[in-house]
Order: sequence, then C-alpha cells, then structure tokens
Amino acid sequence: MMRRVMLLLALLMATTVAAQAIDPLPFKDHDQEVRFQHLTAQLRCLVCQNENLNDSNAELARDLRHEVFDLMQQGKSDEEIKAWLVARYSKFVLYDPPLDTGTALLWFGPLLVLVLGGVALVVQVRRRSRAAATEPANAVIESNDSGENW
Amino acid sequence: MIPELGQLALILAMLLALVQGVVPVVGAWRGNSALMSLARPVAAGQFVFVALAMGILVHAFLTFDFSVGYVAANSNLALPWYYRITAVWGAHEGSMLLWVFILNAWTLALAIFSRQLPDAFAARVLGVMGFIGLGFLAFIVFTSNPFLRELPMQPDGADLNPVLQDPGMTFHPPVLYMGYVGFSVAFAFSIAALLGGELEQAWVRWARPWTNVAWAFLSAGIVAGSWWAYAELGWGGWWFWDPVENASFMPWLVGAALVHAQAITEKRGSLRSWTILLSLFAFSLSLLGTFLVRSGVLTSVHAFASDPRRGLYILGFLVVVIGGSLLLYAVRAPKVAGGRAFAIVSRETAVLIGNLLLTTAAAMVLLGTLFPLLGDALNLGKVSVGPPYFGFLFNLLMLPVVLLLPFGPYLRWGKGEVGVLKPVALRAGVAAIVCAVIAFLFVDAKLKAIAGVAGAVWACVGTLLYVIKRWREMPRGRRFPAEMAGMLLAHFGVGIFVAGVMLSESLSIERDVRMEPGKIVQLGSYEFRFDGVRETSGPNWRGDEGVVTVMQDGATVATMHPQKRTYTRGQVQTESAIDAGIFRDIYVALGEPMDAGNREGAWALRLYQKPFIRWIWLGGLFMMLGGFVAAGERRFRTQKARNEAGATVAEPAA
Amino acid sequence: MSRLLPFFAFLALVALFGFGIWWNTQHDQREVPSPLIGRAAPEFRLPVLDDPSRMVAKADLLGKPYLLNVFGSWCFACGEEHPVLMAEGKALGVKLVGYNYKDEPAAAKGWLAEHGNPYDLVIADVEGRTAIDFGVYGAPETSLVDGKGVIRYKRVGPLTPDVIEREVKPALAAIAKEAP
Repeated sequence: MMRRVMLLLALLMATTVAAQAIDPLPFKDHDQEVRFQHLTAQLRCLVCQNENLNDSNAELARDLRHEVFDLMQQGKSDEEIKAWLVARYSKFVLYDPPLDTGTALLWFGPLLVLVLGGVALVVQVRRRSRAAATEPANAVIESNDSGENW
Repeated sequence: MIPELGQLALILAMLLALVQGVVPVVGAWRGNSALMSLARPVAAGQFVFVALAMGILVHAFLTFDFSVGYVAANSNLALPWYYRITAVWGAHEGSMLLWVFILNAWTLALAIFSRQLPDAFAARVLGVMGFIGLGFLAFIVFTSNPFLRELPMQPDGADLNPVLQDPGMTFHPPVLYMGYVGFSVAFAFSIAALLGGELEQAWVRWARPWTNVAWAFLSAGIVAGSWWAYAELGWGGWWFWDPVENASFMPWLVGAALVHAQAITEKRGSLRSWTILLSLFAFSLSLLGTFLVRSGVLTSVHAFASDPRRGLYILGFLVVVIGGSLLLYAVRAPKVAGGRAFAIVSRETAVLIGNLLLTTAAAMVLLGTLFPLLGDALNLGKVSVGPPYFGFLFNLLMLPVVLLLPFGPYLRWGKGEVGVLKPVALRAGVAAIVCAVIAFLFVDAKLKAIAGVAGAVWACVGTLLYVIKRWREMPRGRRFPAEMAGMLLAHFGVGIFVAGVMLSESLSIERDVRMEPGKIVQLGSYEFRFDGVRETSGPNWRGDEGVVTVMQDGATVATMHPQKRTYTRGQVQTESAIDAGIFRDIYVALGEPMDAGNREGAWALRLYQKPFIRWIWLGGLFMMLGGFVAAGERRFRTQKARNEAGATVAEPAA
Repeated sequence: MSRLLPFFAFLALVALFGFGIWWNTQHDQREVPSPLIGRAAPEFRLPVLDDPSRMVAKADLLGKPYLLNVFGSWCFACGEEHPVLMAEGKALGVKLVGYNYKDEPAAAKGWLAEHGNPYDLVIADVEGRTAIDFGVYGAPETSLVDGKGVIRYKRVGPLTPDVIEREVKPALAAIAKEAP
C-alpha cells in the first residue's frame, strides 16, 4: 500500500512540474482543434485516472495527446483512433462504456427502473382516479394558509 | 493539554449521544414524560461538548500546535490564518468532526423549535438524531481522532493541499454538510412517525420547513463545489460526474422529489408511505456518500485516505441505520392508501411523474457510480463509466421534467383542467420557438444551444405566466404565499440552469496557444495580447504571473493575471485568471515556457471564452432561494388545533 | 411483500460494498489489466542504452522467452524493486531485458552503475513512443514475452519475491512446458 502511494507521489511530482495539459499543437484550423478537444475529452488519463486526456498534466497524457494528434493528421477517424488506444490500453481508456453483454445492465438498468416505476405510477394513479370518480365533485379540500386552494 | 480536553469533550459528547439516542425513545414508548423530557437538555449538552471540541481543533490550527498530528499534516507556519481554519475540515478526521458538529447544530435547532410537536413525537425525533450522532462520534473516537498527538513534534507542518487553498473550500464543505446532514431531520421525523404509528399526516407539515432548508443548503453546497472546481481545478470544467460529486447529487435529486412528495402528503394526506420512503432514501444516500468517499471503494480525485477498517465501520453503521430504517418501513409503513383521491389529470399526477424521473435519475447515477465496482465483482473487467454515460442519460430523463414544469402550478390538486393548460402551452411554446429561431441566427446550427434556449424559455416563460396570473387575480398581500413564491423561484431557476448548461457547453471556445510577448491571438469575439511573465509571491507560495490584455474592437476589456504557483512544500498549482461576466467568462491559464528555461520567450497559454456559464450557478442559487423562501411559509409554523375527525383548523393568520 | 424490496435492495448493496472493501485489500485499485496478454508484442526497434548506434528489434529477441522490465532512474518504486531483481533475476533462468523509459541516458547509466545492473540487455526509449505500443502507463512494469514474441504475462507495479513466486514462476513454467 505504501509502495503504491509512493509510486503515485513520485509520478505526481515528476509530472506536475514537468508537463502541462496546456499543449499548443499545430492544428490545420480551428475545426480540427475542436475535434481534437472533443476526442481527448472522451479519453481517460491512465495516470491521473479521474481526468481526461485534454485536462491531465501527466507526461503520459501529453504523449498520448501527441499520438492522437499524429493519428488525426494521418487521416484516421475518431473511431479508429479510439480503437488504436483501446488495443493498447483496454476499454478503460474510454469514458463512454461500450454497449456489450457486460454493460447491458448499466445501459438498460435505468430504463428498467423507469419502466417498473412507471407501471407502479400508472397503477397508483388509476386506483386514485377511480376513487376520485366516486367522490363528490366539490369535496372539502384541505385549506391552505390563506384559506384558498391553489 | 488542550487537545486532550478536546478528546475528552468528544468522549463526553458520545456518552451524551448514547443517552439521547436511547432514553427519550424508551420514554416515548413507555409514556414516561420524565425520560422524554431529557431529550432537549441532553441535546443541548451534547452540542456544547462538540462545539468545544471543534473550537479546540480550530484553536490548535490557529496556534500552530504541530504536536497534534492532524494539524501537522494539514498546515504549516506559512499558511494564512483563514486557510488554517479551512484546513480544520481539509482532511478526513476534521471533516468528520465538522459533520458531527453540524448534526448537533441541527439537533439543537430541533430541540429549540419543536415546541409545537407532541412530546412523544419530539422525543423520538431527538432520539433518532442522537442515535445517528452516537454512530459518528463513536467512529471519530475509535478510528478517526483528530486530536492524536504525534511526537516528537515537528518544527513545521506539511501543507494544506494547494487546490484546497481557496475561498470555495472554506464554504463548500460546511454548506454542503448543512444540506447533507440536514436530511437527517426529515429522516428522524419519518422514523418517529413509523415508531409512533402516526397515521395522520400532520407530522409532514412539521417536517416540510426542515426539509426545504436542508435541500436549499445542499443546492448551495453543490453550487459552491462546482464553482470552486471551475476556478481551481479541471481547466474550466464545472462538473465531472466524479464519484464524490455524484455522492452529493443523488441526495439532491431524491431531496427534490421529497420536497414535492411532502407537499402532496401534507395537503392531501395521500402517498404517506412514498413520502416516508423518500425521506429514508435521501438521508441514506447522504450516509452512503460519506461511506463512498472514505472507504476507498471508489477512486476519486476527491477521496479521503482510504482505510479498510474505517470502511468496515461505516458499512456496519450503514447496516444498522439504513437497514434498520428500511426494515421498520417494511413493518410499520401505512398499508392502506389514505388521503384524498386524485384524477388522472391533476397536480398529484404531475408531481408523481416528476418524482419518478428524479428518482430514476438518482438510481442511474448510483448505478453508473457503482458499476466499476460491480464490474470487479462480476469479473467483467475494468469498466469505465464517465460523463458520456451520465450526461446522456441525465439529459434524457430531465427533458420530460422541463416540459412538465410550467404546468405544475396550473394543475389543481385532485382534479386539474386540461383546458387551462392549453393557453399556457401555446404562449410558452411560441416564446420558446421564437427565441430558438433568434438563437439559430446567432449560433448557426448548434443544436444543443438552440435546444437549451428553447427549453429555458419554455420553463421560464411558463413560470412567469403563472406569476402574472397571480398578480392579476389576487389582491396585494395575498398574491404569493411563501410556499408558492419558493416554488416559482426554484422553477424559474431550473430554466436559468438549463440555459447556462446548454449554452456554455455548446458555445465555449478553447485554444491552446503559443504566445511570444506582444503577440495577439483572436478567440471568439476577443483579442488576447500576451504581455510577458513576471515573478510574484504570496504568503506561502512563489510563482510566475503572466499578464494578458483582453481587447474587443480595440478597447481593453480586461487585464488578466494567470499564475503558476509553487507552494511551500513543492506542490505546483495553476491559478487561472477569470474575468467573470453575466453573459460570458473569459478564462486564461498559464502553461510552461515553450523553450524550456527561456522565460522571456514564448509561453504556452490556454484561452477560453465561456458564454453564459455563470447562469449554471445562478440557476442553482435561484433553486436554493426557492427552498429557503418556501420554508418560511407561515402555515408550517402556526400552532394547530385538531378536532376529532382529524381535520385541522388554522388559527387566524397573524 | 413489496414493502421489503428496498430493504433487500439495500442488503445487496451492502454485499457489494463489503466485497469492494475486501477486493481493495487484494488488488491495486488503479491497475488496468492489459489487453495485450496473449497477443503478439508490438514491433519495436530501440537503441541499446550503452551503445546507441546498435539497434535491437523484436525479431532479434525471438526464439527464447524474456522478461521486459520497464524502469527509469526517476522512478521511486523502481528503486524499491531493484534489489529484488538483483537478488532473484539470474535465478529465474530467463533473459532479463531492461526497458529504460523516458529517461536521460546519462542518468540511467549512472543509476545502474550505482545500484547494480541486473539486466542482460538494456534498451532505451527516451521519448516513450514505443512504450505506448506496449500499453505502458507507468513504471515499474514487467512483461513476459515468450519465444514466439507473444506477451504471456504483465505485472503493473514493482516485482516482489511474493509476486515472483505466485505469478512469474508459474508463467515461466507454462512457457517451458510448451517448448520447443
């Protein structure tokens, strides 16, 4: 545990002074720069694992940004660049979890919750509205502060 | 000697918490008013001791008492006094003490302002608060003591992380904890109701102001954290869906659902079980957040030092408190649907749909945050879940909420009229479309910006239409009851927030540039001229300060001073320069000299123009304001006389 | 009864958290498993540290398995790992190739002179570009490449006697069984 802390500290000390995320690169035009920013924002820095490549000060992040830049200059698409990085660093380098059997729960879980909750809601509302139909139309309603019901 | 007194104070507070957690609850169970009446004085005593401990810790920091390990680890001789106070809650042990201190502050407020509650109920509420305090105090005393001495005493300490040396850090944790911890009150009310078998919903009226205030504080705390991250961290980012951020956002989402559900239950008597369950969820998520950032279970830029022993302790505490409360719910929550019925088209239905979306969003955030852990457990490999997941699904779930928002006030309780909604939809819709077209002319085909404008105008105009309606129809003095005013403010804030997010995300411009002194670079509608770098220093740092002049049409708009600081212990911190504006921020960060060592030559700089970014926090502040204003509703405070049938009769309004 | 659903959902969550705490004691949370295991090592061509005019390519190292140990004079944990390599490196009976990563050659040579050189061969990747092909994201890292040039095992973090015993030696034995 201590060793890992030391490694992290060593990496941090070596990187925060030496390298910077601010990294002017010779883009052809602003559109290419924007594309680069969007792409690197979707990629995780493996060293500072909670920062993306566009923002990380780590040396490795700088190296990988230069790789991404070179690949862009070679005409590779965003998908090809991501695949290139994934082949070397695994899917962990992508912030966007891919959709496969492993992540099915992740992507469809919220939908499941919404559907189940929606069913419960519909049941509840129908039950209440049926009761409402049998209540007299002008039933007393709890009065509010100024005696009005808004 | 004094730090030992602090330790003693904590132990005494813990013993009092034990008394507070057990005795009044037993008293309520037995109908023993002597035992019940112990609750308030014991709560006051506990507050005194915890405040004493807090004061002693602050004192230790202010007097540079490096014999205390925590002080030595988080401050040094050069740290200014205001950051030495901040350092009190800068790391695990101190922030736990802050947590307990704020819990005691809420408990004391409850003790003072609960005179209108029946004795048994009040005793139970205070008892639950005491029990929670007991858990945290025991945690501090046994595993996280901030007063431990570290001898031999260091002549000088380490440093508070430079990232935390910012006014944002001074405000963000206390305000956030006021919210986080404040949900314990709604929790305590619900537990008290379940324990006492309260079938009437009157207790929800008592719970509402406390819940609204807690939610308002949490909103402010999250806004403060986001603003601070923008100024200090991540190059102009304001939200990263980092696990710790998510830990504060989940209670906020559930809390937003809760304040709405409480309105239904209080006014109509229905959905009592759901309201109770939501209040249990809200505080459970607060506790969960506390667990997540201290157990090491998740990596985060934010996480405190991880320790399996501490993790297990908190987990055990969670099992007792959350598990116990959910079990109590299963056994004691009202089984029979009570309260008023409502039609399919009614405010209740609208609120319930909103509740569904908010709680689904909270569940989604929980799933995404925990999924890497689940991936490890199910051997799915190392899964990465980031903003593309959270942001996408969150936007999807919130879209229907924004669409429904203007209709809320127009729908009546019990039975609403679709006919009333049509003119609202028409007016707000036309306004939204017109503004979207105007936006299109400015931003071309940036779909996100146009959608943001449309959504914001829809929500804001829809809310304003109701303001106008009330203004016209009601006599002065009765137009906007506090509850309604709060609702309108908060809903208006949602629109502002949507505008801020969508516009800043789609219209921000960023460039990394190489600039020699004198060079001018165009970014958006501004020109930036780099005027070189000079040396500068502060109380505990030395650094380089760049001078960047920002011009528009030849006139100087701002002179900015981005800095790179090296602190006393060697940490390097980038202090970006921000020129704040209502309609845009200009953001400049200083990098490194382009040719290593040549400080007179070209430097790397990062320039940003961020339109409407302040609207994000402005929207959040409107929501906060709404929460505070709504809590001021007179109806929540007046004494109620109750007749046999359970209906209430209000005293004449003062 | 549906009222118990939240309670059971919570219990499932507790189980997950308990697992998480346990898992952390067994694993380095920051470790990213390599996608290159079982795949061919990337083509490379790097100069020898002591003699930069001499280049070593992947083809030159085919035929026999070797351990590729990524290190740098700037790396604190490599200093911790070094004595282990000095003590146990030779005994493993496999070629030990040092991969000097993002280092000043002079500094690296001095470091090896001072602490000892356990390697049979040291190649230098000053820029660190080839290391990206190997999926290197920190030092120290050690990869086991077999005679056919396939990466069979990777260790992120320092080698310890325990790791060598539990993981490296079995991996070497597995390769030895397949020969020739």
